[in-house]
Amino acid sequence: MKNFSGKVLFLDRSDINTDEIIPAKYLTEVTKEALKPFLFDDLKMDGFSVDKIKGKRVVVTRNNFGCGSSREHAPWAFEVNDINLVIATGFARIFRQNMFNCGMMAVELPESVIDMLFDKYAGKETVVETDFQAGKFVFIAEGVSDEVSFSDEIPFVVSEFDRALVNAGGWVDYADKKY
Amino acid sequence: MGKTIAEKIFKAHLVDNPFGDTHVIKLDAVFCHEITTPIAITDLMARGKDRVFDPKKIKAVIDHVTPAKDSKTATQGKIVRDWARRHGIIDFFDIGKNGVCHALFPEQGFVRPGYTIIMGDSHTCTHGAFGAFAAGVGTTDLEVGILKGVCAFKAPETIKINIIGELKPGVFSKDVILNLIGKIGVNGATNKVIEFTGNVVYEMSMESRMTLCNMAIEAGATCGICYPDIITVDYLWPFISKDYASKEDALEDYRKWISDPDATYAQVMDFDVSYLDPQVTFGYKPDNVKSVGEMTDVQVDQVYIGSCTNGRLEDLRIAADVLKGKKIADTVRGVVSPATPTVYSNALEEGIIKIFMDAGFCVTNPTCGACLGMSNGVLAEGEVCAATTNRNFNGRMGRGGMVHLMSPATAAATAIAGHITNSSLFNG
Repeated sequence: MKNFSGKVLFLDRSDINTDEIIPAKYLTEVTKEALKPFLFDDLKMDGFSVDKIKGKRVVVTRNNFGCGSSREHAPWAFEVNDINLVIATGFARIFRQNMFNCGMMAVELPESVIDMLFDKYAGKETVVETDFQAGKFVFIAEGVSDEVSFSDEIPFVVSEFDRALVNAGGWVDYADKKY
Repeated sequence: MGKTIAEKIFKAHLVDNPFGDTHVIKLDAVFCHEITTPIAITDLMARGKDRVFDPKKIKAVIDHVTPAKDSKTATQGKIVRDWARRHGIIDFFDIGKNGVCHALFPEQGFVRPGYTIIMGDSHTCTHGAFGAFAAGVGTTDLEVGILKGVCAFKAPETIKINIIGELKPGVFSKDVILNLIGKIGVNGATNKVIEFTGNVVYEMSMESRMTLCNMAIEAGATCGICYPDIITVDYLWPFISKDYASKEDALEDYRKWISDPDATYAQVMDFDVSYLDPQVTFGYKPDNVKSVGEMTDVQVDQVYIGSCTNGRLEDLRIAADVLKGKKIADTVRGVVSPATPTVYSNALEEGIIKIFMDAGFCVTNPTCGACLGMSNGVLAEGEVCAATTNRNFNGRMGRGGMVHLMSPATAAATAIAGHITNSSLFNG
């Protein structure tokens, strides 16, 4: 099973599309690893630059993340950058399925919880500890002093099918055994 | 309780219902192109699973970058070409025979009412125009489709959109779908099927229905779907005449793939298009939509007519009607890509290609071309393109470029004027 814990990259925008995650001009690559330098190559938004990706392991964002193209290169661009978890208010269907098909996670949380996470944690050094079996995230802000360190425990739900895909490490082996 | 067309298709194709509302369904066709399929093939090979579930049900084309532009795209083509030969995939379309997948495969008669189809391409929803359940998927789903002939989906909740009234002259299915996406938003139909019904849809040609269904994904939908009728039968007749004694028999058979009157919908919407003006997008999302009249001060550098949305013969005819006897503005580069060799050939025979060339357009071979900035027609930083394509995302047609989506008629008029404008100025 993949690692779903680590430092958080906050992207405060809805409708981030797959062209912004990995532009079509890189789809001529035939290995996943070749996509590594190009994650978010065309993402233009206030407060974002590609150097912010460095060291991050989790993305927290708003609604309809991953809309547009079916390209699985989008999850792969995350995967080769060791980002296996995206948390959002909502996902486009194909992107969401692609994540679980790769044994990665695309987890929806209610808008109010996402709002709270942005309010409390964006702009701080934030880490998520994920307990997949228990269905629980722990968000921890690591402040410059003890007074500003705090954390929240947030439950999440993934469907039985998604859980099976994560446990199996993806859809190909699962399907080949079963069908 | 009644069922929607999508629910009927799912019921007829159900293989397994492993958890909750997860439906594993049997596939009637798996479509492939050279951008998302090569990694599926190499991954299957690496897993020791270089097999195909049924070579007759797999159709493949090289369409996104053709002819190959560099060594990498040549390799992508080669991987698909070698794989098709290795597995006896007869319906493989290489250069000279290849065209944009969502125009080519229907033209070859590969879609039937009631079919289930996947492809590693989000605009696979186009094929719902035939009363099929057709969905875009990623490479892993494609791999499993190739290997096992199945795919997993959630239960197909449906939004019914009843399109009624009468379209004004100069207003087309592209304007209808753009306006609709503007109304329901880019995630208005996420995880849902959109059923397009109503007199306007029933009167549309198959080409226009494909345009409508093509952009269902731009509202987040899994699939757009129309009921099969006599227009569907007429389109498919060259391919099905051996299977049915008459068109009436075919129609009777196909009408099992329409929704029951008492089917349950997530939402039902009436949409009167009688007062609709030509539409155009602004900004970087397909739901940023205005009437053309509000955008006439936008100068354009390039006009692109083509793609799986609007590169069919009907689209080229509409644009040529506007362009006939006129020249495009000196400040505009006009590019037209007929979607398939048949479209190209018919357009030649009808004199449409000459109209485009006389007007000053560059005519390319059938390809996805400029639509996604992978091969020709890429924009420079700050340039603006009026396009009949389906996506206006930031960077889509080249970094720093702006794409405005519109109908072929509006695109042709815009090419003549040099700025976004209504085709009625140049028509008749």
